[in-house]
Amino acid sequence: MFAAVEFPPIENIVEWPTWFGSGALAFNKIAFMGFIAFILPVLLFLIASSKYKTRLVPKGIQNVVESSVDFVEKQIILPTIGPDGMGYLPLLLSMFLFIFIGNLFEIIPTAHMPANARMANPLVLALITYVVFIGAGLKHNGPKYFVSALFPPGVPKALYVLVTPIELISTFLVRPFSLAVRLFANMLAGHILLITFSVLTISLVGGGILAIISPFSFGMLVAFTGFEFMVAFLQAYIFTLLTGVYIGGAIHPAH
Amino acid sequence: MSTLSHIVHTVAQQAGEAAETTGLNADEAKAVAGAGGAGMAYGLAAIGPGIGIGYLVGQAVQAMARQPESAGQVQTTMFLGIAFTEALALIGFVVFILLKFV
Repeated sequence: MFAAVEFPPIENIVEWPTWFGSGALAFNKIAFMGFIAFILPVLLFLIASSKYKTRLVPKGIQNVVESSVDFVEKQIILPTIGPDGMGYLPLLLSMFLFIFIGNLFEIIPTAHMPANARMANPLVLALITYVVFIGAGLKHNGPKYFVSALFPPGVPKALYVLVTPIELISTFLVRPFSLAVRLFANMLAGHILLITFSVLTISLVGGGILAIISPFSFGMLVAFTGFEFMVAFLQAYIFTLLTGVYIGGAIHPAH
Repeated sequence: MSTLSHIVHTVAQQAGEAAETTGLNADEAKAVAGAGGAGMAYGLAAIGPGIGIGYLVGQAVQAMARQPESAGQVQTTMFLGIAFTEALALIGFVVFILLKFV
């Protein structure tokens, strides 16, 4: 009865044919979406800044851009790093917009594939975070940063046998991994969820008497598309927020 | 610990039985065992974070209801907590993908 459409194998869900190039430089749909996610914010900010000189009251695109800057400033930097972290605004803002637009391709028709559902994208972003928070700690605290990170003050001396290895693993080994896996697995899970309901709807339509319940399956598909829009935003927010938390922890040790 | 080894043992035993009774070859038997293990891995991984996120958000809502002026700060901390708790379930999901498809 359900033989009309089979669930596609995982290779068909996440792997895309190469358009040109080969090997590590192969250019396909994912790379194309990555380029759009990089060019679109640049264009938006250039347009908005070109009008900034003549019009101080924001309007149109300028409004969107200014509210995104305001969001990163008020919701991400101030609660996590504090007022002295405003120097990290360009990094966090471009990170947020790149991830958000890359995620949005999950629900844009004809694209229907989040750019961050392949491990390469989140992994590179997580490695950038890794380098930046260690660099920030070294810049603000010097080599003492590693001492305060590995030997947190206020702990009884005998407990350092236990605390130091845990801090070493959790701060310098697990952080980039968990950051990358969080974004990757969330987007891949949402992608598979949407595919499941699409396949279910199509096979119910061709399933004889079962076609009566296909509108419910379609309704779930629509509802989950809305839910995935929220997830796309939330994951971009959480990734940037955690980057802020790590940088804040490196700049102000022993909080 | 004994429960876990029991589960692993059961899955392996089922794969062996499936191979004997149905005459599957080693790869197919491995796929059967992988599918069973994948479902169990994700199901077990979802229990703890499910309880954790429910408790976390419930407490955050309570805090926001009692002290609405600190809602913004509570919300930021809540999202952080959700991110850390959710990571466990997501690692379970990755294990599911690895067992089922790779």
